Amino acid sequence: MNDLTTVVDWSRWQFALTAIYHWLFVPLTLGLSVLVAIMESLYLKTKSEKWLLATKFWMRLFGINFAIGVATGIILEFEFGTNWSNYSWFVGDIFGAPLAIEGILAFFMESTFVAVMFFGWNKVSPRFHLAATWLTAIGASISALWILVANAWMQYPVGMEFDPEQMRNVMDNFWDLFSGIAVNKFFHAVFSGWALAGVFVIGVSCWFLWKKRNQEFALLSIKSAAWFGLAGLLLTMYTGDGSAVEVTKHQPMKLAAMEGLYHGQEGQGFTAVAILNPDKDWDNDENEYIFEIAIPKMLSILGRHDANAFIPGITDIIEGRDIINGDTVNTISYAERIERGKLAQAALRNYDAAMEKGDTSAMQAAKDELAKNFQFFGYGYFDNVKEAIPPVGVTFWTFRIMCFLGGYFLLFFVVVLFLVYRTHLMEKATWIQWIAMLSVPLMWVCSEAGWAVAEVGRQPWTVQDLLPTKAAISDIPASSVIVTFWLFAVVFTVLLIAEVSIMCRQISKESQKNLSTSKA
Amino acid sequence: MTLEFFQAYWWLIVSVLGGVLVFLLFVQGGQSMLLNAGSDLRRDLIVNSMGQKWELTFTTLVVFGGAMFASFPLFYSTSFGGAYWLWICILFSFIVQAVSYEFRRKKGNVYGTRTYDIFLFINGCVGCILLGVAVSMFFFGGSFTVSRGSLLDGAAPVVSHWDNPSHGFEAIFNWKNLILGVAVLFLARMQACLYMMNNIVDDPSFFSTLKAKALVNGGIFVVFFLWFLAMLLTATGYTVISDSFRSTVVEEEPFKYFHNYCTIWQAAIMLLLGVALVLMGWGRSVFSKKYTKGIWWTGTGTFFVVVSLFCVAGFNNTPFYPSLTDPSSSLTIVNASSSEFTLKVMSIVSILVPFVLGYIAYVWYSMDKKKLSPEALEKSDHKY
Repeated sequence: MNDLTTVVDWSRWQFALTAIYHWLFVPLTLGLSVLVAIMESLYLKTKSEKWLLATKFWMRLFGINFAIGVATGIILEFEFGTNWSNYSWFVGDIFGAPLAIEGILAFFMESTFVAVMFFGWNKVSPRFHLAATWLTAIGASISALWILVANAWMQYPVGMEFDPEQMRNVMDNFWDLFSGIAVNKFFHAVFSGWALAGVFVIGVSCWFLWKKRNQEFALLSIKSAAWFGLAGLLLTMYTGDGSAVEVTKHQPMKLAAMEGLYHGQEGQGFTAVAILNPDKDWDNDENEYIFEIAIPKMLSILGRHDANAFIPGITDIIEGRDIINGDTVNTISYAERIERGKLAQAALRNYDAAMEKGDTSAMQAAKDELAKNFQFFGYGYFDNVKEAIPPVGVTFWTFRIMCFLGGYFLLFFVVVLFLVYRTHLMEKATWIQWIAMLSVPLMWVCSEAGWAVAEVGRQPWTVQDLLPTKAAISDIPASSVIVTFWLFAVVFTVLLIAEVSIMCRQISKESQKNLSTSKA
Repeated sequence: MTLEFFQAYWWLIVSVLGGVLVFLLFVQGGQSMLLNAGSDLRRDLIVNSMGQKWELTFTTLVVFGGAMFASFPLFYSTSFGGAYWLWICILFSFIVQAVSYEFRRKKGNVYGTRTYDIFLFINGCVGCILLGVAVSMFFFGGSFTVSRGSLLDGAAPVVSHWDNPSHGFEAIFNWKNLILGVAVLFLARMQACLYMMNNIVDDPSFFSTLKAKALVNGGIFVVFFLWFLAMLLTATGYTVISDSFRSTVVEEEPFKYFHNYCTIWQAAIMLLLGVALVLMGWGRSVFSKKYTKGIWWTGTGTFFVVVSLFCVAGFNNTPFYPSLTDPSSSLTIVNASSSEFTLKVMSIVSILVPFVLGYIAYVWYSMDKKKLSPEALEKSDHKY
């Protein structure tokens, strides 16, 4: 196997592995920190001990989860350098800034106040402690803001220009980084964390109910978590709709892959249930699906908020076909993009040579040629249009898993809220307790599936249209990346096993105590 | 304000972060003492004393990396992507640290308290030594070549090439780098002793043990640090003749860093002041009977020394990351930096740094007002 291909593939797997593990812990941190802060606020307002005990219980679980999230987070930041060094150089001028600001504004806030949260109960005043709890939660969300701004920028690179002299991109407008994609991505991720924390708290509390331990505490937690989770889920759906519009506008290939759609039409339906045809390719006449049930016009409504809008499929995009106001128009085909990408790269080469010679007129000519074609710079690394198509199957299925589980959890929260306010219904109905407990892992599947849609769907780009993954790597042997991949896989798995085990033991241990009042 | 100003400003910010990081490595120093703590109680005291500060050290390391990425991205891509194994070993040691405090005494931790203590020990030793190795490369260099034109080579499009096939192992086993690494380790251990002498009360025999350990570790640190300093001041370095984003010309200069100290007199004063403060804090702590404030003197001294080292590494036309295989590829604060616009944006954000330092100091003071004691540890409802 070609060493470059092997390094690219293993580097992608390593980054995916780290991101998947990191995202097991982060959403719970984002959601649980806010929920705990709300509970502590209620304690300070009501002086009711039940809120204090609930705060302390969930804070302990937050602490167990927080540490391992920190551990996986550091790897992600440094992997941009260790495994994606060309990327770090090519766009570090833009991408590095949000990471540095994240560190200064968010990480210090989190790490300083989390110590007060855990150790400060008897060392600082109750108000100071509450402030520390809120600041930890806010710090976590601010941290998410900056990293998601950075991520969104990779999917929609704006606020920069290419400097041929330095052969890299440089920032020219900081505020452009807060694009619609960035704003939606931030709120979508943070609110999904709220929903996930809601399901987690309900699931654990239902285990208390099933064991008939601390039922008052469990019901209190379920009520808080169900409202919190429902709010989070509704906001996740709202921002998800915003994300769909942005993807349609800026990443049509990703949307087409999410749908497994090759030939679009006006008033495009949304494929609710389908089996993809594995033989389908962009340039053959096979059917897209072996079996399909579609909701008419729904994809046009979701993507463009217009029931009759045209949504292009993969073949349409590759061939450069779009329909605007009923007229078929030609966009730039992928074959032309590849050609223009190569022209851009040739122009940069010419610019470099002219600069060596000090030929200013040749430099200007090359610069003009480069500017004309730079938006397709990354396509110049491809030899075949097929290289620019994301993995359709994974994107299609993860999108469906996310959507269906999202719908399921909406129903779940409504049912839990209905039952928990009916006298003794929640305590007696063991079926809902079991459903709640089994739903906890499903919520993680939903959350991870969402990230898979976002990241697999944008392949093969690290920076949309400008830098494919194969040009973003480090100059390291494949064997090194293979070793570190397995090293991280083993370490993360070992630590995850410990975390889950500790969580379970902690929940079991705490359930033996009286969590309604410390006086009993 | 010009691009040159912002480049120097950000090198200074990175230096300050480096100084704070090395001071905070006392956490790692404490961890490196866990396996021969003497008793379970003492081990728990060490862990719970260090455990309230580990996140700050960890965060400072992450911010140091983030600041380097944002302000000098060519360093980030060259060093991290080139000296791969050096950074992977550092990262690995910090992964296992991050969970160990929280997990070590929790029921159901699967692998037992001892395993997590070993993780902390590994991070304590490996983290300190390898961070010292990484910083030492700012003076003694690495084997790399930078060729921006490679970006257009579809078969091998990487800009920074590491010329040594060991990809960082050669730096780890370079004795010159290891000398600073060992010095950092024993500095961290000495400072851990001084921090615990200040932070832990009601255990006189532990206090005496810490004092004795501070004496020994401080002594070893002084020997290795002087060795490193002697090597540094007599080393031949590079002087930049001309420099731009595009091309750099350097030439060899004997006693380069000694000359830098002569030229940058502020750095020389910081070095002397820092060394004096470290010696004073160490000396008073180990030779006076009940003195507990030594950590603040040695901490401040450490900060000054590290900032002064970064100043002579990067200023006065000095490449802060010399290339041993292609001197013109050496990284300087000019050719490795971000654009003026980016540095300016981040400089505006950096105005908040004093506010951040302010709340960290306030929280530190509030949390350390009540000292740790065996009794307080016993009563604590959140302990490691």
